[in-house]
Amino acid sequence: MSDHEYTPKSKVGKWFNDRLPLLTLANHLTDYPTPKNLNYWWTFGGILTFCLITQIVTGLVLAMHYIAHADMAFDSVEHIMRDVNYGWLIRYIHANGASMFFLAVYIHIFRSLFYGSYKSPREIIWIIGIIIYLLMMAAAFMGYVLPWGQMSFWGATVITNLFSAIPLVGEGIVTWLWGGYSVDNPTLTRFFTLHYLIPFLILGLVVLHIWALHVPGNNNPVGIDIQKPSKDTVPFHPYIVIKDGFALLMFMIVFAFFVFYTPNILGHADNYIEADPLVTPAHIVPEWYLLPFYAILRSVPDKLLGVVAMLSAILILAALPWLDTSKIRSAVFRPLYRQFYWILVIDVLILGYVGAMPAEGLYLLIARVATAYYFLHFLVILPVLGFKEKTLPIPLSITEPVLGGSPNFATARNKESFTNK
Amino acid sequence: MSEKKTNRRDFLFTATYAVGAVGIGATIWPMIDQMNPDASVKALASTEVDVSTVDPGKTITVLWRGKPVFIRRRTLEEIAEAKAVKLEDLKHPEKDEDRAKNPEWLVMLGVCTHLGCVPLDQKGDYNGWFCPCHGSHYDISGRIRKGPAPTNMEVPKYEFVSANTIKIG
Repeated sequence: MSDHEYTPKSKVGKWFNDRLPLLTLANHLTDYPTPKNLNYWWTFGGILTFCLITQIVTGLVLAMHYIAHADMAFDSVEHIMRDVNYGWLIRYIHANGASMFFLAVYIHIFRSLFYGSYKSPREIIWIIGIIIYLLMMAAAFMGYVLPWGQMSFWGATVITNLFSAIPLVGEGIVTWLWGGYSVDNPTLTRFFTLHYLIPFLILGLVVLHIWALHVPGNNNPVGIDIQKPSKDTVPFHPYIVIKDGFALLMFMIVFAFFVFYTPNILGHADNYIEADPLVTPAHIVPEWYLLPFYAILRSVPDKLLGVVAMLSAILILAALPWLDTSKIRSAVFRPLYRQFYWILVIDVLILGYVGAMPAEGLYLLIARVATAYYFLHFLVILPVLGFKEKTLPIPLSITEPVLGGSPNFATARNKESFTNK
Repeated sequence: MSEKKTNRRDFLFTATYAVGAVGIGATIWPMIDQMNPDASVKALASTEVDVSTVDPGKTITVLWRGKPVFIRRRTLEEIAEAKAVKLEDLKHPEKDEDRAKNPEWLVMLGVCTHLGCVPLDQKGDYNGWFCPCHGSHYDISGRIRKGPAPTNMEVPKYEFVSANTIKIG
């Protein structure tokens, strides 16, 4: 945080700021010293903020036309698509926006994993991020139920039934969640309420996430602590604002491609069939962003243990700052971790792939191996690696390896070879 | 720190916290309980089904409390097959006689006990039901034989109110 005193120039500004220091806050945000070597992987925080605002605004508009009732929800969505002015556009932005949101959040999370951004002193930022991620999954799941198509209905049935795995009270909890003896109108109305609420909870957590970030300041590709402000930093405005803005434009091109050219490719055709409690679709799969966890659920042959494994796979991330015992943050200086990092990325992609396939034969075997490796990575490899790995020497500042005179040419080369990718 | 003796103030604190906790609990409970099934949902708790048109070897599916109920009129071979299964071979041992009081009629919730999908009729490795969601196989008595489901498909409370009418619930 910049600790310098700020005084507004105008008399009115000063009068206001003495009573509510909003201008001090605005000044802090514009002058905020940012590491000058941040690469494009660091632009996804801004992109995610854009995604959240997009979902809130389009969602607000959709809620003006949508009817949360088991008999009318499906038709009201078709009404939005056919009758409401630009309804198709707003709904496609909202539906694909969820996917774009997750795409960005996964890049954001894996950036943090590569550069060790979750490590001390940034554990709280990381944990708040994991809570946001959990809420995103809850919001996405409940949002997917609202159109009341076949996938909505059966997705809701399967996911709420996960709670029935809890011994003794499980069935009672499921009945309570449903407000009946099956997924029905009471379930739909409460999901709509919660789907409306959660984005605002996320918004509040985003404020905390950024607040917690501004205490130690950004991590950076070299992963070293830097003096702030110093020759290693630039003010957030205009340098980072422009860079984030450019990345956002690129991201919006991808977003627009999905919205305008393949708006349904990430969804399932079955969801254009109205919910039928008597027939389960032959092949139900969750949305793509939940597939790795779905694969973990299915890879365990026991109902309760499957649910436990799936939840652990997410919650284990919250313990990551303590599971990773290495003091070096950036993978640039961790030759072994860098390899295990990419193996983890491939492992998660494999889990995502087999999550979409039927849980039998070879797919099931692959899912089991990939699930085992996922836990192995966090519970064994990371803790051990911190003690065993011979890390490369880290530079003393961001400027040092770039301007030469560095005793560590290998360090400088490694860094460049990565950031230039 | 000197040794602390319990005094009147400590008692007042404890009493205040206790009353406060009860008050908060009593306020929160209606907020939680409102989500449980309401009176109108509970009112639909039973349904009557005419089964006179069901031929042997056929299953009909009816909706009861928002869930499908399978009513299968089993053939003699199917009954024999269901009775021949040894209890040791079952994950959730139940005799067929206990599941179908009248062996010709098997009445059970058509809900997979894994995660609640509707199993498909006459599919799977045991000539019974097969759940497409996560691959649970049930036999002709609706008992789990293979896959992730922990228990047999549930038999609801039902009775024959006349020769051709079943009342479920």
